[in-house]
Amino acid sequence: MGKIALSRKGDRRLSLPSKDMMAAIAATRFGLGARPGEIEAAKADPQGFLVAQIRREGADTPQDDRETAAARFEQMRAYQQQRRAERQKKDGEGDAKMAAQAVMDAQRALRQKVGADFLARARLGAGTPTAFRERWTLFWANHFTVSAIKQLTSVLVGPFEREAIRPYVFSNFESLLVASSTHPAMLTYLDQAASIGPGSRAAQFAARRRNNPTAGLNENLAREILELHTVGIDAGYTQGDVTEFARALTGFSIGREQEDRAGQFLFREQAHEPGARTIMGRRYGEEGLKQGLAALRDLAADPRTARHVCGKIARHFVADTPPPALVQRLERRWMETGGDLAAVATSLIESPEAWDPTPAKVKTPYEFTLSTWRLVGAEPSAFERMAPILTSLGQRPFAPPSPKGWSEDAQTWAAPDALIKRMQWAQGFAAAVADRTDPNALAASALGARLTPPVAKAVARAETRREAFALLIMSPEFQRR
Amino acid sequence: MTAAMNRRSLLGLGASLGFTVNLFGTQGFAATEGDLARKKLVVVICRGGMDGLSVSPPVGDQNYAALRGSIAMRRDQVLMLDDTFGLHPELKSVFALAQNGQARIAPAIASPDRARSHFEAQDVLETGSAKVYGAETGWLNRTLEALTPVRKVEGLSVGTTAPLILRGKVQAASWSPGKGVDETARLPMMLQDLYRSDPLLGPAFARGLETEAMAETAMATQASGSAMGGAGQNRGGSETARKLGSTLGGFLTQAGGPQIAAVSLDGFDTHANQPGPIATRLSAMDAMLDGLHTGLGAEWKNTVVVVVTEFGRTARINGTGGTDHGTASTGLILGGALKRGGIVGDWPGLADKALFENRDTAPTLDMRGLFKGVLADHMGVDRALLENKVFPDSANAKAVMGLV
Repeated sequence: MGKIALSRKGDRRLSLPSKDMMAAIAATRFGLGARPGEIEAAKADPQGFLVAQIRREGADTPQDDRETAAARFEQMRAYQQQRRAERQKKDGEGDAKMAAQAVMDAQRALRQKVGADFLARARLGAGTPTAFRERWTLFWANHFTVSAIKQLTSVLVGPFEREAIRPYVFSNFESLLVASSTHPAMLTYLDQAASIGPGSRAAQFAARRRNNPTAGLNENLAREILELHTVGIDAGYTQGDVTEFARALTGFSIGREQEDRAGQFLFREQAHEPGARTIMGRRYGEEGLKQGLAALRDLAADPRTARHVCGKIARHFVADTPPPALVQRLERRWMETGGDLAAVATSLIESPEAWDPTPAKVKTPYEFTLSTWRLVGAEPSAFERMAPILTSLGQRPFAPPSPKGWSEDAQTWAAPDALIKRMQWAQGFAAAVADRTDPNALAASALGARLTPPVAKAVARAETRREAFALLIMSPEFQRR
Repeated sequence: MTAAMNRRSLLGLGASLGFTVNLFGTQGFAATEGDLARKKLVVVICRGGMDGLSVSPPVGDQNYAALRGSIAMRRDQVLMLDDTFGLHPELKSVFALAQNGQARIAPAIASPDRARSHFEAQDVLETGSAKVYGAETGWLNRTLEALTPVRKVEGLSVGTTAPLILRGKVQAASWSPGKGVDETARLPMMLQDLYRSDPLLGPAFARGLETEAMAETAMATQASGSAMGGAGQNRGGSETARKLGSTLGGFLTQAGGPQIAAVSLDGFDTHANQPGPIATRLSAMDAMLDGLHTGLGAEWKNTVVVVVTEFGRTARINGTGGTDHGTASTGLILGGALKRGGIVGDWPGLADKALFENRDTAPTLDMRGLFKGVLADHMGVDRALLENKVFPDSANAKAVMGLV
C-alpha cells in the first residue's frame, strides 16, 4: 500500500510534500514523536509505514499486571468494606490500630495499581515502533472517556482500556461502542450500574420495602452516549429521547460479590423498565438487554455519528478546524464500510489534507512528555516522577476533568502558565539527559525535514548541551505537530 | 497616557461607532478613573453543573422537602439567610459575608442554553453568546478589549490551561502554583526569539514570563495572609483552595496587576450519592472565597466576585441519591463593593407547575444580565459596548443594575 488513489471522481488533486517531509510528518503528526531512526525508516514509503500499523487484532497491550476489571472491582469493593468496618470500630478495641494499618496498606496497594497501569501505558507509548497505532488507540480511549476522579473507577481505567478499547480500535465502531457502554468502568464512571426503571420489578420491590425510596433512573450514561460517544449534541435529540434511552439502558449493571458475574457486566432483568421505547423517532419493541443493544446498534450506524466522530478524528490528527474535504472523505468511508475503523484509519492516511506541512496542533502534555522520551530513546521509569509533571502541565494521569475527555485544541494547551511549566520541565529533563547527547544530531532525528533554520541555528549556537536540548524540545516545531 | 486623554479616546471611539458614551454606568461621574482603575472582578466558574438547591437550599419553600427526599436539608441544618433560603452548612465564610451585606444569592439564574449538556452550556456561559458556537472568544476577553481604549486592564486565569472565558484577541495571563522562573536567564530569552513568529506560542510565552514575575509578589502577600488566618485542616483540599484564593488576592492587589480574573472549580457533577461530594466541593469553594477575601485585604471594598455554574440540576432527586442535568441554579455575588439586599432575581418556587419542563428549577434571571450589570456599574464598561460587543444578542437579558 502507500500509493494514493487520487483519481476518485470529485476529489481535488492536492500535491503531497516530499517523501522526506512526509516521513517527518508520519512520525510527528500521526505518531508520538520520532524515536532515533524512525523518520529514516519511514522515508521509503511514509504512508505505507503508517498503513502497515493498522491490524485487525487491535492495539498493543501495555505490560501491566493483566488483572481484569472484575478482579479490580472486587478488590476495591473489599477495600471499601474493610474501611467501613474499620470506621465502625471503637477506639478502645485492641486491634483497632492494626485494622487501620491494614486499611491504609490496602489503599496504598490499590493506588499503586493505578500508577502501574499508567506507567505501563506510558512505557508502551514511549517505546513502541508503531506509534500511529498507539495514537489511534489514545484517541479512542479519550473518546470513550472514563476518569479516575472517582475512586471506584480509578482502578478500572487501565483494565477498561485493555478490555474495552484496545481490542476493537480497528474493528467496527459498534463493537467499540458496545464494549465501552457495557464495561464496569463506564458503568461506574457514568453512574449507570444502579439505575433502575421506575416501573420495573426492582423499583416496586424497593417501594414496598421502603428501604430505598429513591430507587430509580439515572440518565448520565444515556446522555453522554448521545452527546459525546455517538450522534453529538447537534443531532437534535430532546430531553425525552435522553430519558427514553436511559430507560432502555436500565438493567445494564455490574455483578455483586455473591452473583455469577461478580465485577463484570450483568444485565439485571428485574431493574429493566418494561415496555417498548421510542428514541429519536425509532421504536424499540425488543425486550430486556436486547432493547438497549438495539438502540446502541442504531446509534452506531447513524450518519450523524459518522459525522460527529469523523470530525473529531480530523480535529485530533490534523487541525482544530480541519479541512471539510477531509472530514467528508472520512465520513464517506465510514458510511461505505459500516463504521469499519481500519478503513477510516486508512482513509485518514490516504488523505492529502492530512499531510499539510504546516503544523497546526499543539501537543498535549502527555504527547509532549512521551515525544521527549522517544527523542532520546528512553522510557519513563517511575509513576511517582511522571505524575507531578503531567499534573502541573494540566493533564493529571487518567483523570480528565469530564466525560468529554481531554481537550483537543491548541489554545487550551498553549496557555501562558502551561508554557512556563513546560520550559521548567524541559530544563530538568535536559539536566538529566543532555550531557550524553549530540544536540544537532538529535534535532535532525527529532524533526527531520520539519527542522527549520532558526531552530537548527539556535540549537547549534546554544551555550551548553543542556540549553540546546531544552531549546529543541521547547521549539515551536517540537511543541506542535 | 493621562486620564484626560483616556477619556477623549473613549469618547472618540463611541462617537465613531455611533454610541452614546456613558463611561461610568449608573455611578455617573462620581467615580474617577483612578477609582475605576482599582475595581476588580473575579468570576468563579463551578464546572459540572452545580446544584443550586444544595448551595442555597430553599428550606422555606413548601415543595422543597418532598422533591429532595433523602437529600433534603432541614432548617436547623442550614445557615438561614431569610425565611425561604439558607446556605449550605459548608458555606460558612459566604454566610459571614452575607450577614455583613457582602454576599447575595441569585437562586434561579441560568445561561440562555437549554440543552443540559455540560460542554455546550459551559461554552455558552464563557462566550456570553445567546447560543452555542455563537462566538469564539470569551466575554471577559471582549470586556478587556472594550476597556482597552479607556484604560489598560489586565486579565488573569488561575489554572494551567486557558479557559474559554478569557480567550480572544487580548492576551490574558494564566497562572498556577509552581516553582519560579528567572526570566533574565538565557533560555527564556532565546525561546522568546524562537516564538517570535508563532502567533499562539509567542504572546502566550511572553505573558507567562510577565506573570511569573508578578507571582513572586503575590506569593509573598499570600504568606502573610495565611499567617493571619492560621492553619486549618486540609479537608477535601480546602487549605489548598484557601491558598489559591489568597494568592489570587495577592495578584489583584498589585500595582499594574490584573483587575479581572477567572477561576474554575470542578467536580460538581453529582449524579449519585450527592450529599458527601457536594459538601466537599462547597467546602473548598468557601475556603477559596475566604482566602480571596483575606488576600485582597483593604482592596476587598473594590471587589465583586461572581460565582456561576453552567446549569443547575433536577429539582427532584434521581434514582441513585443524586440529581441529573437541569436548568437554573444558584449564583453567588460577593464583595466589599456590593450593596446590601435580598435575593437577586425572582424565586419561581418549586411547585410542579413552576418547574421548568416539570423537572428543573425554572430560570428567572439570565446570567448575562447579571454580568452586564456588574460590568457597567462596577467596572465602568460602556453600556453600548456591553450590548454590542461583550454580550451581543443579549437584549432579552436586562442588565441587573444597582448591585454595587
